[in-house]
Amino acid sequence: MSQSEPLLRVENLKTQFFTEEGTVRAVDGVSFEVGEGELVGLVGESGAGKSVAAQSIMRLVEEPGRIVDGTVTYKGRTLVDIERGPDGDLRESEAMLSRREMRTDIRGTEIAIIFQDPMESLNPVFTVGGQVREFIELNRDVSGAEAEEIAIDMLREVGIPEPVKRYDEYPHQFSGGMRQRVLIAMALACEPSLIIADEPTTALDVTVEGQILDLVDDLQEKYDTAFVWVTHDMGVVAEICDSVNVMYLGEVIEQADVDDLFHDTKHPYTRALLRSIPRPDRTVESLDPIGGVMPEAINPPSGCRFHTRCPDAREVCREVHPTHAPPEEGADAAGAGNDGARPADAARAAEADGRQPHLVSCVKYESVGYEHSESLEAEATGAFAGGLAEMRGGERDE
Amino acid sequence: MATTPDIENEPSPDREFNEEPAAEQPKARVGWQYTLSQVRRDPTAMSGLVVIGVATLVAVVSFVDGVLFAYLAGFGAFASLGVEQYAIAEALWVSPIAETGAPILRPPAFLTNELYPGEPGTLAHPLGTDHRGRDLLVRLFYGTRIAITVGIVSTGLAMVLGMVVGSVAGYYGGLVDDALMRGAETLYAIPFLVLVIVFMVAFGRNLTFAMIGVGVATIPTFARLIRSRVLSVREEEYVDAARAAGVRDRNIIMRHVIPNSFAPVLVQATLQVGVSILIVAGLSFLGYGAQPPTPSWGQMLSNSRDYMLPNPWFSIWPGLAILATVVGFNLLGDGLRDALDPRINN
Repeated sequence: MSQSEPLLRVENLKTQFFTEEGTVRAVDGVSFEVGEGELVGLVGESGAGKSVAAQSIMRLVEEPGRIVDGTVTYKGRTLVDIERGPDGDLRESEAMLSRREMRTDIRGTEIAIIFQDPMESLNPVFTVGGQVREFIELNRDVSGAEAEEIAIDMLREVGIPEPVKRYDEYPHQFSGGMRQRVLIAMALACEPSLIIADEPTTALDVTVEGQILDLVDDLQEKYDTAFVWVTHDMGVVAEICDSVNVMYLGEVIEQADVDDLFHDTKHPYTRALLRSIPRPDRTVESLDPIGGVMPEAINPPSGCRFHTRCPDAREVCREVHPTHAPPEEGADAAGAGNDGARPADAARAAEADGRQPHLVSCVKYESVGYEHSESLEAEATGAFAGGLAEMRGGERDE
Repeated sequence: MATTPDIENEPSPDREFNEEPAAEQPKARVGWQYTLSQVRRDPTAMSGLVVIGVATLVAVVSFVDGVLFAYLAGFGAFASLGVEQYAIAEALWVSPIAETGAPILRPPAFLTNELYPGEPGTLAHPLGTDHRGRDLLVRLFYGTRIAITVGIVSTGLAMVLGMVVGSVAGYYGGLVDDALMRGAETLYAIPFLVLVIVFMVAFGRNLTFAMIGVGVATIPTFARLIRSRVLSVREEEYVDAARAAGVRDRNIIMRHVIPNSFAPVLVQATLQVGVSILIVAGLSFLGYGAQPPTPSWGQMLSNSRDYMLPNPWFSIWPGLAILATVVGFNLLGDGLRDALDPRINN
C-alpha cells in the first residue's frame, strides 16, 4: 500500500438483512483497503460476514439484504455511497455508479469474483469453453473467433491439459480442481485489476487446494492483479496473503500485515483462531478450539462482541465497545496517562513503509480500565457449556 | 459432443457428479443427442414418436393440399398449372369437401350397418361415407392437419408466453412475481372451455382464435411450472457468477435460467399437445372450431352424433384418430420425462 489512493477502499460498510426475526447486522462497519497488486485476506468463522462484505463491494447483495451505510471507492469511482436522508431514509448519493454502470464498467471487467463452489459456478447445460468465451465476449471488445482464441489461451494458462479438446466439454466432465481452474481463467480473462475470491478452495481437497494456491500465486505475479481473498483458513492466509483483516460478527477486529498478524498477534480472537489450527506437532486433545458458537448477528452482544467467548474477557468488555485503532502498547500497565502517541507513530511508520498499519479492536489496548476490571472468565466458561439459546445475547446484556 | 474417456487428470473430490468411474461414462448426459438416444431405447416413447411422425406427415401433406394450394390458386401462374385447393386429393381420389353423390352413411369395406343390411361396404370408400356421401377416409386424413396444427400452435404459444411470464416472475420475485402470478391464477380460476368460448365470441369464431384462445388459457400451466423451477435455479451459483460477471438480467434469464428450467416444460408441452387437441376437438364439436366444410375430427364427431345408430363407424373413426394422436403425444411425453430425469438411471 502506498501513500497514494489505494485501488479499493471500503469505509464503514454496513450491510443488513431485514428478516422476519429481526435485522441481521451481517456486516457492521467494516473498513479496509486494497492496494494495487495486493493480496488481502478476509478471515473469520462461518457467519462472520466475510462473504456478505465481499458481495457488498460488488453490490450483489440480494433482498432482503441491503447496504445501509458506508462507502466503497474503486480507482476513484464510487461503487457504494449510502447516506441518510433528512427523514432518516437511506439514499444512494449522486456519486454512486448506476446499476448499469456497475454492470458494464465494473463487474467482470474491473472486478471479478470467484465463488466458493466450483461444482456449482458453471452452468451445466453449456460447454465450458462456451462459457469462458461468452464471458470474454461480454467484457472485452473482441469478435467471437478472437474470444475463442483467448478462451483457449486462458484455459492453457491456468493449467488445463489439452485445452482445445476440453473446450467443448461440459462442466460435469471436469473434476473440482479443474473447474476451479476454469473459473480462475474466466476471472482473469478480462484482466481485471481486482479479483474477489470467495472461499475459492474451501470445496477442494488439500492437494488440489495447494495446486490452486500455487497457480494463483504465479498468475498474481504475472498479471499483478489485486485479490481480496475470503477464507476461514489461517493456513491459506499465511501462504498467500500480504495483509489480513480478521472479522468477527460483522466487524473487522484485527487488521495487520500478514507477518505482524502471525508473529505479533494482538486480538484474543485472532490468537484463539491461530491456536485452533490443527498442527502435526500437537495432538487433537491439545488442540484449543474457541469455546461456544458465534452469537447471532440479529442481537450482537454489548460492548466487545467477542466477550462472550473471550478467554481474556473482563467486566469492562461487556460495557465498552472497543475502537479500531493501533494498539497502545502497555496501555493497561501505564493507565490513563498514556495518550497513545507511540503506536500512532508506529502506524505512520508502517504506512510509510508501504505496510498495513496494525489495527486492533480490543479494550485491552485501550485506556478504559481493563486492568482494574474483574475477570469474566467464569461466564466465558459458562458460555462454552451453555446451549445455543443462551448464546443469543439479550439476557446477558446489561 | 466431444467424447473423451480421459476425463480425470487429477484426483477428484468425492463430490464429483459420477456414480460410475468417469472413464466408463464418456458421453455427456445432457443435450439433444443424449435425450434422443434415451428415447430411442424406450419402446413406448418410440411408438408415441411413430404415431406423431405419421400424423405430422399426414398433416403436412394436407396442409400443402388444403391451405398452401388454396393460397397459390390466387396467383394466375399457379392456377393455370391446375393448382387449387385439394388438387392432390382430387387427382388421386376424391375431394374431402365436395359432395360427389355417393350413397350416404355407407359402412366400411366388408362390413355392414343398419342402413345397408346385407350390402357390405366396398373399397371405393374403405371407411365408409358420411351423411353427405363424402368419403370418411379422405376427410379423416385432411382433419389431421387441424388437430396437429392446433395442438402444436396453441401449446407453443402457451409455452413461450408461459415461460416468459413464469421466468420473469420467478427471477425477479417480489411485486413483479405477485402481479404476474396473481394474473395467471385469475386465468386459471375461470373454467377452461368458458374462457376459450368467451375469447372466441369476443374476437372471432374461427380456428385461429380457437388456437390463440386455448394457448392463452394454458399460459398459467406453463408459467407456474417454470416459475417453480426458476425459484431454485436462480439461487444457483452460476447465476450469481453471471451477475458478478456483469451479464444483464435478460441474458441471465435467457441463457442461464431458462435452459436449466426447461426439461419439465418440454415434458409438459408434449403432454399438453394431446390435451389441446382434445379441447379443440371439443370446441369443434360445439361448433367453435374449424368451420364447415373444412374437415376436422371434432366436427366430424359432432356431425356423426345424429347418425350413431344407422352408421356407428361415422363416429368411431374420428374418435379413434383423436385417441391415437393424444395417446401418441402422451407416450412421447412420458418417454421424454424418463429421458430427461437424471434420477432415473437407464
